Amino acid sequence: MISFSSNTLSRSRGDFLLLGSVRLLALTAGGLLFLVVAFLFHESWPALQNIGLSRFFSDPDWYPTENSYQLTSMVWGSLLATTGAVLFASPFGILSALFCHFYAPPLLARWYRRMVELLAGIPSVVFGFWGLMVLVPIIGRWHPPGPSLISGILILTLMIMPTIMLVSHASLAHVPIALIHTSSALGFSRWSMIWHVILPTTRMGLFTGILLGLARALGETMAVLMVCGNVVQTPSHLFDPVRTLTANIALEMAYALGDHRAALFMSGLFLMGVVALVVSTAEALRHRNTYVSAK
Amino acid sequence: MDIMQPTFRINPEPGKPAGLRPWVPYPSDELCCEPVTHIRAKNLSIAYQDHQALRNVTLEINRGCITALVGPSGCGKTSFLMSLNRLTDLIPGCQVSGNLHMNELDILAPTTDLLQLRRAVGMIFQKPTVFPFSIRKNLELPLREHGTHHRTVLHSAMENVLQQVGLWHEVKDRLDHPAQALSGGQQQRLCLARALVLSPDLLLLDEPCSALDPLSSGIVEDLIVSLRGHVTIMIVTHNLAQARRIADHIAFFWSFEGSGTLVEYGPAQAIFENPIHELTGAYISGTRG
Amino acid sequence: MVTIPFIWIMGDLLWNGWDQLSFSFVFSAPQNAGREGGIGPILISTLLIVGVCMGTAVPMGLGTALFLSEYTRHDHVLGRLIRGSLDVLAGVPSIVFGLFGNALFCQILGLGFSILSGGLTLACMVLPILIRTVEESFHAISQEQRLSAAALGLSKTTTIRRILLPAALPGLLVGIILGLGRAVAETAALIFTSGYVARMPESLMDSGRSLAVHIYDLAMNVAGGNPHAYATALVLVGLVFIINVSSSWIASRWTSCNRLSA
Ligand SMILES: Nc1ncnc2c1ncn2[C@@H]1O[C@H](COP(=O)(O)OP(=O)(O)OP(=O)(O)O)[C@@H](O)[C@H]1O
Ligand SMILES: [Mg+2]
Repeated sequence: MISFSSNTLSRSRGDFLLLGSVRLLALTAGGLLFLVVAFLFHESWPALQNIGLSRFFSDPDWYPTENSYQLTSMVWGSLLATTGAVLFASPFGILSALFCHFYAPPLLARWYRRMVELLAGIPSVVFGFWGLMVLVPIIGRWHPPGPSLISGILILTLMIMPTIMLVSHASLAHVPIALIHTSSALGFSRWSMIWHVILPTTRMGLFTGILLGLARALGETMAVLMVCGNVVQTPSHLFDPVRTLTANIALEMAYALGDHRAALFMSGLFLMGVVALVVSTAEALRHRNTYVSAK
Repeated sequence: MDIMQPTFRINPEPGKPAGLRPWVPYPSDELCCEPVTHIRAKNLSIAYQDHQALRNVTLEINRGCITALVGPSGCGKTSFLMSLNRLTDLIPGCQVSGNLHMNELDILAPTTDLLQLRRAVGMIFQKPTVFPFSIRKNLELPLREHGTHHRTVLHSAMENVLQQVGLWHEVKDRLDHPAQALSGGQQQRLCLARALVLSPDLLLLDEPCSALDPLSSGIVEDLIVSLRGHVTIMIVTHNLAQARRIADHIAFFWSFEGSGTLVEYGPAQAIFENPIHELTGAYISGTRG
Repeated sequence: MVTIPFIWIMGDLLWNGWDQLSFSFVFSAPQNAGREGGIGPILISTLLIVGVCMGTAVPMGLGTALFLSEYTRHDHVLGRLIRGSLDVLAGVPSIVFGLFGNALFCQILGLGFSILSGGLTLACMVLPILIRTVEESFHAISQEQRLSAAALGLSKTTTIRRILLPAALPGLLVGIILGLGRAVAETAALIFTSGYVARMPESLMDSGRSLAVHIYDLAMNVAGGNPHAYATALVLVGLVFIINVSSSWIASRWTSCNRLSA
């Protein structure tokens, strides 16, 4: 058209440029995971080569300076602390989500939720610091030494409860309102409605929440580093100090060299593998969950 | 820009955006349809993934006419409209085959300049879709995009086109307010103004009145009628009374086993009084569909 | 149930930290390994680290979100791959990011312990959450807006710049703020990427200590550092709260606006 001096060529070139740069950025972002894995692998390669996978479990102890690289006790530390935290936090988290969704008056529920969100945002180093200053002395008075598996479990419980609660709350909010109305119309009591109707329909969502909490607990470093005592040993009871894999990395990375450093990267790689597995299970479940509820 | 080489043009000043032209109402008693083909579809078929939505549509539409597309839900009317400005390109898995020409331009050719094509073909949707900014910006954005930047030109174009849709007096004091604050009917008229400001040759209206109350619907309808002869109009409507009131031609679609097709096409009067196909008669008299 | 520990933590921080907190504490330099003085340089380092992090993560996140929502179909293989890898990345422990950052930025790219390394490491960490939020806000824009923009012959660039970006801006802000919250709170990924040095940084290549690292250091490595650790924790928690509250404020304002316009 005569009066439209539009320059289509340069416009489509603009589109082309945008597409190109956006695609490049997306590929970089998508490749980041690959990059992380590749680098961890690259850095831990010497350990795999010089030490070998089996020695991480068969060596007598963790003495990197004396060429002894046993990770078993730290794996136990991580596992026990995480499991304990999940065991404590899941019921509390889910119950608070139920409370918030079905029992609390709206205003209280809103404030409660807001508070949980704030709790979820507290930096882990602050949790650790509080644990160190408050929790550890209390436990120490009760059952010395204080810094122990149980304090780690308690701190982790506090940290992952908000995660579990928020995810559960979100999945409860997805329960079709008609389902609730129908079951109230059938004369169910509130509790039996929750038990027989709500929990079965949302169990995937609740499970997702627990898995995400688990992933967070497993990867948590600072808080457990500050309250667990960091003694390399397989704990025999709750009040023994332990060292987790994450704490081990944080403690020794600063001075580790050579095979020692590679061993630390190895444990990071291992950690990442486990967490990736947990997270992708959670994501898969979450998607299945939305699919079912959409139907 | 070959699409824009009209063989015949009713516009008093061709080549100018509608907003820049003095608005001359078309004499209503004159014959509206020029005997010049504007749109020509031949064996047009549309498929979504493996679902054939529209099959073998062949029809010719004259310049300046109002053509109403009627038919039951899901028979492919919207899909047909969207193929005319290649919005079907934006729908994943949608494939259009056959021939589709506007004047001499092959709409479906891969080399067709889409931005220019869509400039020349306006489209209004069922739900008013104003952009989330001011009324002024809603109208200026398409003009700027197509190369008009002069402030006074933009303003007079805006005023012109708002007057044309009868919105000028309602909004002239709040041109810089968000367009979403307008009522549904006003929003739909704003959408119409936004399409008209680019002076389209062809206007596609997909159930423009179905989300509106009868009053606003009447206003929009009058507006469409006033465009007769200036722009070729294709309107999808489920309101047969409306189709009868405004359309020069009716294209009747029906869906057979899930695929829509054109059943009957002809002058409105003939279709309403004397349908050839029995389905058409049944649909129009309300016994089917 | 959550209330008690929450109030306990907050009360403890306020009780022990409030006295220490003063104007000069916030702005003066630490002395005697942090037992005396303030946190001025640390605050600056934190800001720089977070600045580098956001400066990298925001363009990347925006671009990726645009690609995922505007240039690929929802079930496209590439899109699904990228989304899946970002989901996993979102769950990767921060200490692992620390290892990665140490290997890539500090050693291979030769940036050493520096604010730049730390910021880039954090950028990798907050990228997934940023992308997720921004992408969701693009998805919230109705398809009709895109169709009608296309029907007016607007180019894709114009559609994105003039229509989609403004509409997604609140979501972008929420994403940025969430990312900020995570970046400010982070410790483990920074210890061996941006380092411990508590001096005022002179350039991005200097090592700089963030607030969170400062707390850790005072609590674990400095005898008698606890009072100042409390005060620093109070500052940090205050920052994080401001960040969180403003993000939920933006989000709620946004949804109420949407309801109005719908
Ligand atoms: N995006 C899409 N993906 C897959 N199938 C689609 C899509 N859009 C439309 N269809 C299918 O194409 C067929 C025609 O749809 P279309 O929207 O064109 O019908 P319509 O005549 O406009 O109906 P209505 O009167 O309800 O608006 C329908 O069967 C529909 O299911
Ligand atoms: Mg339709």
